[in-house]
Amino acid sequence: MPIERNMNFCDFQLSGETLRILSTGALWWPAEATLVVSDLHLCKSERVARRSGQMLPPYETRDTLARLDSDVLATKPARVICLGDSFDDDAAREGLGDAETLWISRMQAGREWVWIAGNHDPAPVDLGGTAKSELLAGPLTFRHIATPEQGEISGHYHPKARLALGGKMVSRPCCLHDGRHAILPAYGTYTGGLDWTSPALASLLAPGACAILTGRQPCAVPVPQRARA
Amino acid sequence: MSALPPRFHDWFATRGWTVHPHQQDMLDRADEPSLLLIAPTGGGKTLAGFLPSLVDLADGERTGLHTLYVSPLKALATDIRRNLTRPVEDMRLPIRIEDRTGDTSYTQKRRQRADPPHILLTTPESLALLLSYEDAPKIFAGLRRVVVDEIHALAESKRGDQLMLALSRLQALVPDLKRVGLSATVEDPAAIASFLARHPDPCPILYADPGPDPDIAMLETETPAPWAGGGGRYAMPEVLEQVRRHRTTLIFHNTRAQAELFFHDLWLQNEDALPIGIHHGSLSREQRTKTEAAMVNGDLRAIVCTGSLDLGIDWGNVDLVIQIGAPKNVKRLVQRIGRANHRYNAPSKALLVPANRFEIVECVAALEAVKARDLDGDPRGPGPRDVLCQHILIRAASGSFTDIDLFREVKTAGAYASLTRADFDRCLDFVATGGYALRSYDQWQRLVERDGLWQLRDPRGALRIRQNIGTIMDSDLLKVRLRGRRGTGGTPLGEVEEGFAATLTPGDTFLMGGEVVRYEGLREMTVEVSRRPEKPPRIATFMGTKFATSTQLSHRILRMFAQDDWPELPPSTRDWLHLQRERSRLPEADRLLVESFPFFGRAYTCVYGFAGRNAMQTLGLLVTARMEAAGLHPLGFVSTDYATLIWGLDRVTDPAPLFDSDDLRAAFETWLGGNAVMKRTFKQSAVIAGLIDRQLQGQRKSGKQAAFSSDILYDTLRRYDPEHLLLDITREEALKGLVDFGRIEEMLARTASRIDHVTTDRPTPLAAPLFLEAGRVPVEGAGTERLLAEEAARLMEGAGLQITREDERRWRVPF
Repeated sequence: MPIERNMNFCDFQLSGETLRILSTGALWWPAEATLVVSDLHLCKSERVARRSGQMLPPYETRDTLARLDSDVLATKPARVICLGDSFDDDAAREGLGDAETLWISRMQAGREWVWIAGNHDPAPVDLGGTAKSELLAGPLTFRHIATPEQGEISGHYHPKARLALGGKMVSRPCCLHDGRHAILPAYGTYTGGLDWTSPALASLLAPGACAILTGRQPCAVPVPQRARA
Repeated sequence: MSALPPRFHDWFATRGWTVHPHQQDMLDRADEPSLLLIAPTGGGKTLAGFLPSLVDLADGERTGLHTLYVSPLKALATDIRRNLTRPVEDMRLPIRIEDRTGDTSYTQKRRQRADPPHILLTTPESLALLLSYEDAPKIFAGLRRVVVDEIHALAESKRGDQLMLALSRLQALVPDLKRVGLSATVEDPAAIASFLARHPDPCPILYADPGPDPDIAMLETETPAPWAGGGGRYAMPEVLEQVRRHRTTLIFHNTRAQAELFFHDLWLQNEDALPIGIHHGSLSREQRTKTEAAMVNGDLRAIVCTGSLDLGIDWGNVDLVIQIGAPKNVKRLVQRIGRANHRYNAPSKALLVPANRFEIVECVAALEAVKARDLDGDPRGPGPRDVLCQHILIRAASGSFTDIDLFREVKTAGAYASLTRADFDRCLDFVATGGYALRSYDQWQRLVERDGLWQLRDPRGALRIRQNIGTIMDSDLLKVRLRGRRGTGGTPLGEVEEGFAATLTPGDTFLMGGEVVRYEGLREMTVEVSRRPEKPPRIATFMGTKFATSTQLSHRILRMFAQDDWPELPPSTRDWLHLQRERSRLPEADRLLVESFPFFGRAYTCVYGFAGRNAMQTLGLLVTARMEAAGLHPLGFVSTDYATLIWGLDRVTDPAPLFDSDDLRAAFETWLGGNAVMKRTFKQSAVIAGLIDRQLQGQRKSGKQAAFSSDILYDTLRRYDPEHLLLDITREEALKGLVDFGRIEEMLARTASRIDHVTTDRPTPLAAPLFLEAGRVPVEGAGTERLLAEEAARLMEGAGLQITREDERRWRVPF
């Protein structure tokens, strides 16, 4: 597979499947040739413009799509799953330009494409692909917001890891997993993040959870245990 | 020779004064289209500038605006009004004098437009605003003279460019307008003259008697200066002793943070409770006005201050100036010294307090430069185009225009004399459409051309243009207030940078206006504090006050290093330089010294570029990027005015490729493009040129949001429209200011790839102080990735989790 030579990645196991986190924060499931991305938040600038009156060009959408395009090119997936919050909100979907719509259609050609509904947006029905609230595939379940279910892949929280390296603080979007389920980082450009030790995330993860930090060289780090308040 | 009217003659006589020769000269040559007066502080400069106007207006037969006075400081305009009112009232002259600044009330401003005074005192920004009104031709009809005060200070910033464009417009309205500039001593008076004059008019220069040489020396202290740092707190007892011995002392600092720290410590040691105040640009207007009033009344024995007291206001009683920290710039030092003995023909007295060992060398070099009257300064570049863009907007707000007329008008401003038609058209196109990448966005479609006349597409756009006038950038500051009772807003104390405020948590304390305050919370973009000093204070950061040592002063230091011995230096400093020569070598002007040595498990490289703090910082960014590419795993660096110290995981064995001029220039173009300093430079120009709105008090959300949108615009333009006018302007700006790549070019030209690489087994004497410097910059790259991987492995092992063979193999994948 071309991915072995060209990309850096980090593997983990979930419900007996080997899953792979790529530098960009996408998840690659080799056995099913499935590429999973979460929280694209396309057309965020559109919403910022509507809410604050501060006009921003929609180029962050192109940036997100360009990264997705290169991951699709590198992995040649049979199926792509967008794990919810693909658009910043329902109205933002309307802000998608013709060029961007075409671009998405081009990426969809020749493969299965699944839009999972998020809390910001229902799954788009007019963009090609299939719209679903969740998807079951083999031992794995794909949905937007985590539940305690075994073998679940979700997004929503935009987890971010912070690590001190000898007086130097490094902060990276990360994938969190605890052997039961996994939470993916946000894939979209200009999305914020939730600290990996925040109570919201801690309550979802079993002791011994691991984080895979994205970046040029994804690497695994144990999630620090936070003293319960 | 124009005789002084009897009324004036008598007035001078009753006060026991005689007219200074340069004041008479100004009167004699009142009809010159432009005239520049160079005079030291206290030389009766302002009166010299106004004398022709007062004489002209004495007969009471004129109505309407006669003379416009522009100064860089609001406070100065108010002060001058007070000083002018005195002779006008004494001589019963029928002259109305008013000021107009950002602080003038709305009703007063309306009345001034309908019925202008004889003499209007204002600032460049208020003048630009006046010119943006449709009735500008009516307001300025009949204007005879314009007096530009402290023109040397205005010429150093974009405010000066804006003013000169405004004058080009005024002159088009009133062709016979006479211009007068008043300047302190500068290194290149001819440059100021051509900056002032309508191009290509000549501009004669008059010189007042420069007065006696200043009495200036280094302050002798019992404790020697420390190895590194600023502040100069080691000299506190001697400084207090000097304050005791003089009537009024000004204690100048280079940064506001240092002024705050020094002031705090000074009070702790001030056993006699001498009345000492503090004054700097981040304090609230109320605070500053209080200090100024106390000063004028003679209630204060000393003021700890910064550049905010460099200009203007006349406090006659100052008899000593103390400069803490190396002056960085000889011209500014001379102007500061001039603040002492604000009386004509009395020598000014000043003392220098170097803050550290290296600054002793710099102070000695500066003293020699002052004695030799060798001032420094960089030649003025062509007029910046972001200011021109704003000027076009202002012109459009006042009414329609043809491009050919405006182009001709703009070229009469000296700084824009060489502007090409193509450049002008690019600016006009940008103002009209936003430029190629932004042309489909309505908000940047501002001008249309109809029948050869350019005008606002929507007349309501004028309001937004007026709200965004000016070239001063202060949008990232938050107001600091004492929390009032029942949560109401209390006394305003001043401002801090938003970035600093973001690091505070309730309970933290910091210094503001000399007192320790406790951070309580943020409320509608105001920092609320209380007077509860429970913890040792942190240091508030203030932007824009870090000066770089000037090129000329840096060269002087390098010339000193070439000496065999330094009898003029204190023994400890002298020994230090000898030791450096023995262990390594001293930097030379035409060679680049690079030292490499190990220290506590890291490989260090020290580069002595002598290009000033900002350029050395940029050099650090560029060289570490090149080290990163070469696989040397740099981790961080720190810069001072003379050197950059870099540390990393691998040793530098051959520095020559790192300093290749062409490669550095290429790196500057590409890698630095994504850098935060460039983004900040872009943001400033984008606001001035009207691409981004200024954040107005009240309607603003947060500076972070503004930075967010300006960053997006910057990334967007870089990727999709790299030839965009604003990026062009940003690159030009990057040659000076915070990026200061121009000084790196100067360093490259003078050292011409002659590199001396010295390898030692420990830090060298000259490099040692750099280890104590604050302001370390981390480098994000492969070095960090390696540390991260090592740390991840350690943590996983500690947690009893497995690192597989697979993981270890994968680490060797090159990227």
